[in-house]
Amino acid sequence: MTSKDSRHLDSNGRRSFLKGATALSAATAIGGFPSILKAQSQDVIKIGMPTILSGRVSILGESSRNGALTEINRFNDAGGLDGRKIELVTRDSRGKPDEAARAVRDLVNSEGCQIILDAEASSGSFAVQEVVRDLGVLCLHTVSEASPLTADPKLRASTAFRAARQGIHDAIGGGDYAARISREKGLKRWMTCSPDYAYGRTTTAEFMEFTKYFEPSIEVVDEAWPKLFQPDYTEVVTKILQSKPDALYSALWGGDLIAFIDQANLYGLFEQLETFAVNLGDYPVLSAVQALPKGIRSGTRYNKAVPPKPENDAWYETYVKTFDQLPTNWSWENATGAKFVIQALQEVRDTDGKKLAEAIRGMKIESPFGVDGTLTMRAEDHTLVGYSVGYGVTVPKEPFMVDFAGADWAKIFELESSWKKRNGFA
Amino acid sequence: MELETLAACVASMSCVVTQIISGLIIGVLLFLVASGVTLIFGVLKVINFAHGSFYMLGAYLAYTAYVVTGSYTVAIVVGALGVALFGILFERFFISRVYGSNVLMQLLVCYAFILILDDAVKIIWGSEYLSMGMPDAFRLPPIRIGGGFAPPFYLFLIAIAIAIGFALWVIVERTRFGKIVRAAAHNGDMVSALGIRTPYLYAAVFGLGSLLAGAAGALAGPVRSLTPGMGFSILIMSFVVTVVGGMGSIAGAFVAALLIGVTRSFGSIGFPLFVDGLMFLIMTLVLIFKPTGLFGRRFA
Repeated sequence: MTSKDSRHLDSNGRRSFLKGATALSAATAIGGFPSILKAQSQDVIKIGMPTILSGRVSILGESSRNGALTEINRFNDAGGLDGRKIELVTRDSRGKPDEAARAVRDLVNSEGCQIILDAEASSGSFAVQEVVRDLGVLCLHTVSEASPLTADPKLRASTAFRAARQGIHDAIGGGDYAARISREKGLKRWMTCSPDYAYGRTTTAEFMEFTKYFEPSIEVVDEAWPKLFQPDYTEVVTKILQSKPDALYSALWGGDLIAFIDQANLYGLFEQLETFAVNLGDYPVLSAVQALPKGIRSGTRYNKAVPPKPENDAWYETYVKTFDQLPTNWSWENATGAKFVIQALQEVRDTDGKKLAEAIRGMKIESPFGVDGTLTMRAEDHTLVGYSVGYGVTVPKEPFMVDFAGADWAKIFELESSWKKRNGFA
Repeated sequence: MELETLAACVASMSCVVTQIISGLIIGVLLFLVASGVTLIFGVLKVINFAHGSFYMLGAYLAYTAYVVTGSYTVAIVVGALGVALFGILFERFFISRVYGSNVLMQLLVCYAFILILDDAVKIIWGSEYLSMGMPDAFRLPPIRIGGGFAPPFYLFLIAIAIAIGFALWVIVERTRFGKIVRAAAHNGDMVSALGIRTPYLYAAVFGLGSLLAGAAGALAGPVRSLTPGMGFSILIMSFVVTVVGGMGSIAGAFVAALLIGVTRSFGSIGFPLFVDGLMFLIMTLVLIFKPTGLFGRRFA
């Protein structure tokens, strides 16, 4: 045999090996490893969390994961469910809805996750909802505040719930508060400045709708719609100055809100009008703003003094001690989502999505974030109710918010009901 | 469209002054970032897609320096020089390997570093929002000019950016180093044949371009919130400026940056929902009628 022949044989042998290995890998991937993983997962209960762990809003993913872990760690430390502990498996969607959808499929089909805690932003949550509808696993949306996600019956999924604030609740509570301040201070001319995407548009529209409902004499004289993550707000600030409104509403959040405040401070903007910035009341934002203007009003996102309960304080202390970070609105929402899941698991003692969903529908849990010490998952539309809704005045040091005025949930329910009818959701 | 509002603004001296100053602010910061992109492209024929991340790195380094020393001046120097050093290392170890390669290869290398730097920043400084805060020297009320508003900090930024632009022009047009750089932009091989060590020259040019990005990040620090990934949005706008001004033209970058700044400023009043669209419309028109850009030379 010549060396050429042996090289040819070697080449053929190599090719065959590669073909075989590829086929084996494919067969294992399709039939094998997920089954192995699922078999292994009988020892643990896997909860998958698609979220944003990189880029400009990585804090969303980190604080969501940490919030969920406050409840999961407590459950595991207490022995789990008959010795079975919960394992939280996270995936980074980078804020892209298609990646979020793919991540959920991967978490369920490859990782063997039986439950999903969806910590995606609004755009991703709708994509996740469709995958959950298809797969039939239990899913709690713990970040998205877009009202239609659960309010619209066409979008609702039988095993999906929202364990987060809902935009319409904050809009009604916020509108009532803003109308009262408008009457007290004679604020007639309003302007809005919110990020130009789904959350910014719907939140702003809902807030102004209900502010006008409670105080019909106000008018919106101008609007500014900066792009999400826009670095420079100079043209927006000067536009507001030119419009000379009495009051400004903004749904800017996170780093965008900090940059806007810093840049607007240079023009003394906040001395010239009353400002309602719904997302300012989050600890990471308030603690990052170096020169917080006096008197900016914000919705309550998470604050250890709202509601003023020892359990809320205790949860805050545990969070800070465990993660060396301040909790965010996303933190308490994910802790709540995890608690609903845990309580359902304890009742049903099964990970079947339909059975867990049946248990969660209408469930009431004890919670440090509930106005009356409890939170309820409303059965009719799978939406969380009973959490703290209201506005207060921000201050640069602890407690970061004073003069908090909580909204009346009876009023929220009444107006939410008519809002649903107007929008064809009921 | 709010043409009546725009007309009312143009008819008002205070509005015109405010909006022009606003446009200058937007423009000068864009210029600082874009000048680095155009400098690097003009000489090295490399489109540094990681330039926005250099801006981000400059901002974070400046933040740390400011927290430690309390000095904004030190923060600017640390931000600029720190990124310049990083840029030199980046060029020597990575970019130099893709000179002359397909642009997709350059894009891949740069994009890899965008992801690496975003995560590195997150690991080192954390994912929480950071804010440098306004230095005490600039905590002043806005100055009234012709009835319009001019924040002292922004006037400082305009002055610094013009000074940097002028210094850059002097370096490129009036120094021996600049002469060599311009020659290398035309024919690197010939420059090398004349005994000039082009690898050091290319590293120096990349370092200078990176310094500009780092300086921009540091200068803008007091009015920006620092988050991982913050460089991406400035990158897109700096590319628009570079294309409009002419790839490789510093003067073009300056004029284009100011043009875009003023367009955005007045555009936010007349066309509030189309501000970004106006910017891209300008770019489209330039590409159609003068594809090399307003000052379209390979390097100036």
